[in-house]
Amino acid sequence: MAEKKIKIIVAKPGLDGHDRGAKLLSRIFAEAGMEVVYTGLRQTPEMIVEAAVQEDADVVGLSSLSGVHNYFFPRVVELLREKKLDNVLVVGGGIIPEDDIPALKKAGVAEIFGPGTPTDEIVAFIKANVRPK
Amino acid sequence: MEYVSEVLKGSPLAVARMITWLENEDERARPFMEEIYPHTGKAYIIGITGSPGTGKSTLTDGLTWQMRKKNLTVGIIAVDPSSPFTGGALLGDRIRMTRHSEDPGVFMRSMATRGFLGGLAQFTQGATKILDASGKDMIIIETVGVGQDEVDIMRVADTTCVVLVPGLGDVIQSMKAGIMEIADIYVINKADLPGADQLYTEVMYRVEQDAQMKNRKWLPPVIKTVAVEGKGEVDLFNAIMAHRKYLEESGELTEKRRERTRQETLKMLHYELFRIIRQRLDKDHRIDLMVGAIMEHKISPYKIVEKVVNEWLPSRDS
Amino acid sequence: MFNEKELEKIKAGKQKWAEGTLAKTLSKAPEKKAFTTWSWIPVDTLYTPLDIKDMDYERDLGYPGEFPYTRGVQPNMYRGRFWTMRQYAGFGSAKETNERYRYLLSQGQTGLSVAFHLPTQAGYDSDHPLSMGEVGKVGAAIDHIGDMRILFDQIPLDKVTTSMTINAPATVLLAMYLCIAEEQGVPFDKLGGTVQNDVLKEIICRGQYIFPPKPTMRLTVDLIEYCQKYVPRWNSISISGYHIREAGATAAQEMAFTIADGIAYVQACIERGLPVDSFAPRLSFFFNAFTDVLEEVAKFRAGRRYWARMMKERFKAQNPQSMMLRYHVQTGGVTLTAQQPLNNIVRVALQTLAAVLGGCQSLHTDSFDEALCVPTQKAVTVALRTQQIVAEESGACVTVDPLGGSYYVEYLTNKIEAEIDDYIKKIDALGGTLAAIEQGYIQKEIQNSSYRFQKEIDSKERTYVGVNKYVMEEPPVTDLLKVDMKVGEEKAKELKEWRAKRDQAKWKKALDNLREVSKTDENVMPAVIEAVKANATVGEICDVWREVFGEYRPKEFIS
Repeated sequence: MAEKKIKIIVAKPGLDGHDRGAKLLSRIFAEAGMEVVYTGLRQTPEMIVEAAVQEDADVVGLSSLSGVHNYFFPRVVELLREKKLDNVLVVGGGIIPEDDIPALKKAGVAEIFGPGTPTDEIVAFIKANVRPK
Repeated sequence: MEYVSEVLKGSPLAVARMITWLENEDERARPFMEEIYPHTGKAYIIGITGSPGTGKSTLTDGLTWQMRKKNLTVGIIAVDPSSPFTGGALLGDRIRMTRHSEDPGVFMRSMATRGFLGGLAQFTQGATKILDASGKDMIIIETVGVGQDEVDIMRVADTTCVVLVPGLGDVIQSMKAGIMEIADIYVINKADLPGADQLYTEVMYRVEQDAQMKNRKWLPPVIKTVAVEGKGEVDLFNAIMAHRKYLEESGELTEKRRERTRQETLKMLHYELFRIIRQRLDKDHRIDLMVGAIMEHKISPYKIVEKVVNEWLPSRDS
Repeated sequence: MFNEKELEKIKAGKQKWAEGTLAKTLSKAPEKKAFTTWSWIPVDTLYTPLDIKDMDYERDLGYPGEFPYTRGVQPNMYRGRFWTMRQYAGFGSAKETNERYRYLLSQGQTGLSVAFHLPTQAGYDSDHPLSMGEVGKVGAAIDHIGDMRILFDQIPLDKVTTSMTINAPATVLLAMYLCIAEEQGVPFDKLGGTVQNDVLKEIICRGQYIFPPKPTMRLTVDLIEYCQKYVPRWNSISISGYHIREAGATAAQEMAFTIADGIAYVQACIERGLPVDSFAPRLSFFFNAFTDVLEEVAKFRAGRRYWARMMKERFKAQNPQSMMLRYHVQTGGVTLTAQQPLNNIVRVALQTLAAVLGGCQSLHTDSFDEALCVPTQKAVTVALRTQQIVAEESGACVTVDPLGGSYYVEYLTNKIEAEIDDYIKKIDALGGTLAAIEQGYIQKEIQNSSYRFQKEIDSKERTYVGVNKYVMEEPPVTDLLKVDMKVGEEKAKELKEWRAKRDQAKWKKALDNLREVSKTDENVMPAVIEAVKANATVGEICDVWREVFGEYRPKEFIS
């Protein structure tokens, strides 16, 4: 079998347009050998999940800086589950207060990477927790 | 999941999963490809190629829009290069397709070349078959590059469109490098930029010259577009349909597909045969021992090849 | 600035010092590394007159309030009046935000700065499907003039200047503001304030664009033209570099790309037929202030000098006001950390010093909880006090341009100015700012700087206190400001009532009129004002424009 690549969708749900982190991580994930689909701005959870379906993504990375994570992140997980894509790893980052994290994890987000997280830590987490092919 | 029947029904999940298996050379792919093969051959395949920055993704998006207006379903494969150093890839074409992202009549997949040369990924053609079997009327393959090395698209597409833009300065180069051989349609995108008219004239001139010299029956049209404004999309769609009509009426479509099938079959044979031989040679480091012997001048590489071939085809005629 | 003989003496003296005193110290212990400014400008051990020997005081520095304004745009700067202390604020409902505004004014803030929530900025009403989850989160939920009325309740518009961070729909929010002023009985020529109105930077790095570039520029110039005639004290645009810097640009890039945007706007106004001196005096700017104090000061000085010379040479401006780079500063949000948030107070203090030593006209200081949430009252109070302490206790305001004449700062100013010039030339060669944006040149430069910075943080080549050095285990922060989802539900209900109660005929007539006017060359402002008075919402007005102009889907550049 050929070498298996990790396919990751990087998405910005909602109206916020600050994409420095999302674009930076897209580049860093690609450098770490992953195949990265950056979906761009103004993604609804439905659009993100449809992309995950068609790209057969192993990972969905969500970036939120405008306080909308509690609404959008669990919604993405919910829609993935509806499509029977329970084993897709969902991770998030941005401006997310620590005390929101337990609820997000309970809702199915595997990990939240706040500002200042070393990027190699994010890559390592994804590689360690991604589903087997 | 009963993948085959799901693919034939057009289920995006099944289609996506099968493409992944193909890409990963998962053994589960082969039997499924076998089963869906009879259901292929209906889709019409369009290739869109051109240098980076020419607006191919936007054009693909606009073309898809036009096709959907005519109630045609569309499969899109967007190919992007993998980094030769890191093995990863940034697949940035999906960004342009937002307006189709929830349309069940459109399926889009990004594919990385994974080191494969020629402008396509190794399994783009296979993925095309899956989309075909899933019932897509049109398949658009978007690739990077237009030069002597990136001509694979013409072996996969029925109609190949080459996209140029004014000011990129490489028109003469591309024309020399062989795009005259692959282009069925020329698109001058960003036609609102200065230099567009000159480029148009230049391309028209060369097209006419080339058609005369090589006695071509199809004269590639040159279509002006401003993709970000949706201008020229209809003309491009019509040009593609006109080319299709020409191919069908002249019988060239069948010839094209026959040639494509020949190439593909030979390639698959080549790949498979070598894969097996390579596996055998890697076993017990046999290849390393051979290389050692060659290095010590105990045997020539030519003799080695003869030996291996004779092992495999002992009763061949010379 | 220095005579030849002196320079010769210094040259010899420096060499002697380098080969003797310095060399002795270096032989015992080499320097830690090759030093640079925050933005990678290489920095030497020592600067002397030799490094700025070609400078001419009158030509390059001059006097504050006079061309080329290097040392400041006002003759005596803060000795006359402090910069405006203007904290960007807004969250939840118009009512909650109004309370915060009145609090800040009571604590000594001298101007207002309105943060609108993302739906308003993107031209959607609070009950639009795309507004789900966003209502009131990063700014006040303002959908119509009723909300605006509440927002400015008990705030006298003839006594307070207001800056509104609104871009693509700037005409709409300005129209609302003008109507409220009229209701308060304040004549337009007494109104002071700013609208950001800078869509080019939205396309480059902030994402709140709505319509394609051509029609959006038309709206931008309509607003400038209208204000020039009827609201003469209003800064009709705040050409922004803040966000460009936040997106990863270097100091020189921040200034250069902002000036490039400025050039595009001036060009657009001139093409409208407005003489340069008729509108340029009311162009204002918005910059960032990072923690490398000396680099920031040099950046501001370089920017002032470059803009002044450029306006004179390229656009032949004659009114001195047209050549002045007047600007608001916000301290760098992206520099603040979620780790050990109290450290951010120190960062903001340094950034405030940088902004003040650099000569800003207006300043917002970030709150220490910036990386965690929208500012709590406690945090925003500290931020305001920071400005007040720098103003009253630091000695930075007692004279003009105190760092002028520092060999290092003058060297850096010259260096940054040269970099700005390189970028402008490059952008001109690409066909101008709009072409450069379309080709992704500006975006890619910013992204490459962002990438380089991140790599240095990851490898620890660059120290970031609390993040990759001096890291501590910390208990989670409590008492963060959170905006309830209820705000969204209530606003949606309110909108239903608003739409039902208004005069339907009047409303329809106004929107139809707006549609017709938008299709012609006529200035849209009067029609927008009429629509706003007819109780049309932000979303409804923008929907008319979506119909007429289309929606913009820019090419996203990812390197």
